[in-house]
Formats: sequence, C-alpha cells, structure tokens
Amino acid sequence: MDVLTCRGLRKEFGDHVVLDGLDLTVGEHQVVALIGASGSGKSTLLRCVNLLEDLDDGVIELDGEDISDPRVDPDRVRRRIGMVFQSYNLFPHLSVLENITLAPIRVHRRPRAEAEAQARELLDRMGLGEKAHAYPDRLSGGQQQRVAMARALANSPRLMLLDEVTSALDPELVGEVLSMIRDLKADGMTMVLATHEMGFAREVADQVCFLDGGRVVEAGPPEQVLGDPTHPRTRQFLKRIIEAGRL
Amino acid sequence: MNVLHHIPSTAQQRRTAYRRRQTVRSVLVAATSTAALGTLLVLAVTGAPGWDRVRESFLDPAIARDALPAVLSGLWLNVRLLVCCAAGALLLGLVIALLRTLRGPVFFPVRALAAGYTYTFRGLPLIIVLYVLTLGVPGLRLQGMPPVLVLGGLALVLTYGGYLAEVFRAGIESIHPSQLAAARSLGLTYRQTMRHVVLPQAVRRVAPPLLNDVVALQKDVGLVSLAGPIDAVRAAQIATAETFNYTPYILAGVLFVLLAIPLIAVTDWVTLRSARRRSGG
Repeated sequence: MDVLTCRGLRKEFGDHVVLDGLDLTVGEHQVVALIGASGSGKSTLLRCVNLLEDLDDGVIELDGEDISDPRVDPDRVRRRIGMVFQSYNLFPHLSVLENITLAPIRVHRRPRAEAEAQARELLDRMGLGEKAHAYPDRLSGGQQQRVAMARALANSPRLMLLDEVTSALDPELVGEVLSMIRDLKADGMTMVLATHEMGFAREVADQVCFLDGGRVVEAGPPEQVLGDPTHPRTRQFLKRIIEAGRL
Repeated sequence: MNVLHHIPSTAQQRRTAYRRRQTVRSVLVAATSTAALGTLLVLAVTGAPGWDRVRESFLDPAIARDALPAVLSGLWLNVRLLVCCAAGALLLGLVIALLRTLRGPVFFPVRALAAGYTYTFRGLPLIIVLYVLTLGVPGLRLQGMPPVLVLGGLALVLTYGGYLAEVFRAGIESIHPSQLAAARSLGLTYRQTMRHVVLPQAVRRVAPPLLNDVVALQKDVGLVSLAGPIDAVRAAQIATAETFNYTPYILAGVLFVLLAIPLIAVTDWVTLRSARRRSGG
C-alpha cells in the first residue's frame, strides 16, 4: 500500500497559486526527490503534507487515511511524519539531548530514561555522541542539521519530509548530511525530499518529480527525468542547472 | 602548543606597548576630569548664598536619626507590598498575554476581554485605580471585605499587570514562526509548544524590560499610603510635619535608592548576559 497519496492539491497565497492540481504518490520504502526552480511549490507541498498549511483543494492520504479532513486531529497526524527544515529550526534554549527527547517525552509520554537512551543511540550513530549536552549555537551547520534529523527520527516516523536540508550548509558540510540520508534509505525509511542537489537526487531517489507551475510536470526514475527528460520545461530547467555547474 | 611558545614580533610588541600607554593615559584623563567636575559641583552647592539654611532644613543628622525607626518600619511595608505585588503582577501579566495569543472563534470573548483589560489599565492613572479600589469598593459594604492594604495591592497588581502583559506579549511574538513550525511538526500541541518552546525563549528575551517594570513598581507601591497605610514616604511626611524639617524625606529617598540598587544590578546583569548570549560569545 502507498504511504502517501496526494490528489489534486491546490494552495493559494492571495492571488498567487502555488500548487495547482498536484498529484503525487509515494510507496513504502520509496525515496521521492522533488526538483524544480525556487517558487515551484516544493516547500509548500511538504508543509501541506505536514498540515502546517491549510489546503485550498485536493486530498492527502497517509496510509490510506484522509488527513486533509478537517475532523482529523493534526497533532496525531504529525506524530507519524518527521520533518526537517532548511534552516534546522533547533530549539536554541534546549541542549542537543533535550531537543531530541522533547517530543518522545511530551508527545509519546515515554519515560525520560528510555527517551534519553534512544536519543544517545541516535547521536552515537551519527557520530555526535559527545555533543549531547551542547547547545545548538555551539554546533556547525552540518551538525545542527544532523541533530534536527535525529530529532525527527526520535518519533519513529512513518514518513520523513526533508525540505532542502543542505541548502543552508557550506559545501564541505553537505556530505555529512547526505550520507545520513543514504543511511536512512538503507534502513528502508520512506522519504520525500525537496532538493537542489541533482547528483544526490540521481543517486538516492527511486523517483524524481519535476515541479513547475504548481504541478508535477514530469516524474519517473532519476536516469530518465535527469538524463533524458521528455518535457520541454524539464529540459530547460536542467540546462540551466548544468550551466550553473550543479549536475 | 603554538600558543605557549609564540614569541610576539617586534611589530606586535610595539602595538602592545602603545596600547598600554594609551590605557594609562585614559585612566589619568578620566580621574582628572572627574575630580575637576566634583570639586566644581561641591563648590557651587556649598558656596551658594542659601547653603547654610538648606543644610539645616534638609541634612540635619539629629533629625535623620530620630526619624529613622518610623521611616524604616514604613519601608518594611514597601518591601512586603513589592514582593507580593510583583509576583501577582507578573503572574497576571503572563496569563493575560497568553490569553491574547489564543486562536480560534471560541476564544474571541476571552481575547477581547484580555485586550480590553490591557487598554484600560495601561491608560488609567494608578492613583485613580487606587482611589476606586480602596475608597469606592469598601463603600459597597459587602461581607468579608479585605483590608485596605490588600485592596491597594490589588490596584497595583491590576495596573502593573497591564504593562507586564504587553511586555510578555512582545516576547511571545518575537519568537520566529519557524520555531512553532518545528515544534508542531514534532506533534506537540499548541499548549505544549507554548509551554516548552515559545515561553522559555520569550521570557528570557524580555527579562530586562520585565525587571525594569518591577523597579518602577518598587517606587509606586508607596502610593497605597493615599488610602491610609503608612509607607516610608508617608512616615517621612509625618516626621517632617512634626519637626518642620525636610531631612526625613532625604532619608527616605536615600533608603529607596539603596533598596533599588540590588534590583537594578540584577537587571543590568540579566541584560548583559542575554546580550552576550545573542552575540554568541
């Protein structure tokens, strides 16, 4: 069964239509990469799936349940979805460990000792074990983003949404975050990631979706969409990317 | 290792020596100008034609000694009132600020009441609130009417709660929406997000202005004496009326400043600490 199904999503901000009848399906253990120019609706799509934005039309189903129904409790839905943001959004007043254990303790009502043990395990796996008691402003961007991923993973989500998680990082720090995503894929995590890293999308994604004008214009395996695109808009976009030296 | 064995270059040695000379020079200049200004002030005041009269009626040590017990017992009332009213006003302000952030149509009346409260009590002069509560309310002759001191304290809490609510609200609104998005995306409810993510950051950010309002409250608690209770200023007024000498006022003023110093020092320390934290140093 599909983990995520989006049908005919529409989202407007004032006069500006950001999503215009978007369809998307994500199967179990699948990694879907969303590519497209800035303002093509990638981030808005992820925020809509996480119910951070209200839809203007369309249906979103998570594991077959219509989560766009206003009677659904959004807090209950968000527990099953992990989200990582471009600018990390760690809580600056909490230590790394407290950032990660906040949701397990407060949302899932798990005992503190158990939550901390799990958090330490996650941190050790990412090589951040000695940073458990550090505060976010003492970490590099790459370290902060890995903590943000650990924070999302501590909820044992069904689906991970990654919103341009490497865009704010210095080039030499991108690698450590990407290798974490690779590990997640190996663990079978279902993911939707908005990205500008075409090389990485080609390597890690099972499916690449090119968004333009608020729709998925072209979708398919990475070698087809990135290597031999059929739609003229996709070709145009990739040509600009190649000219900028990013593929 | 390099740090330990590094020998400064001649250029660096010259710079260090120059800076040291500059420091010595600044200290000397500051000391000289302070001494000059101080001397001038003292000469101007003591050399004034009426200085002897002023000294007799404002700075009489014997009268200060006689008035001290009464003024001190008045000051003790100020201190007790300050502690209770500051706690009450901080709590009330926080609650009002939180009520004003509630979303959803159900809460419209609550929001409207909270907004109406902050508008009214920030606009209303404290003295009028005091008169209404300490003179008007007892006039209702209700059963179990609290003493005038409690009613006066309530007037202070109501007035300062309005100011503090706005300070808290400014703090809450200064937290970037991305923090809320991150908290909500983890499944935290609105209330949990407020409690664990927004408020801890907001309160830290507005601690200096909050403490500043508490310093202001420290001076205003004495106004309850308008309704009868004798605070430090009122005690000084009584002593002045008995001796026809203003020294008790000066005494009360000095005591107020001494009382404020620790609070102001805490405020400065908190401000400095939050400024340091923001600059990441």
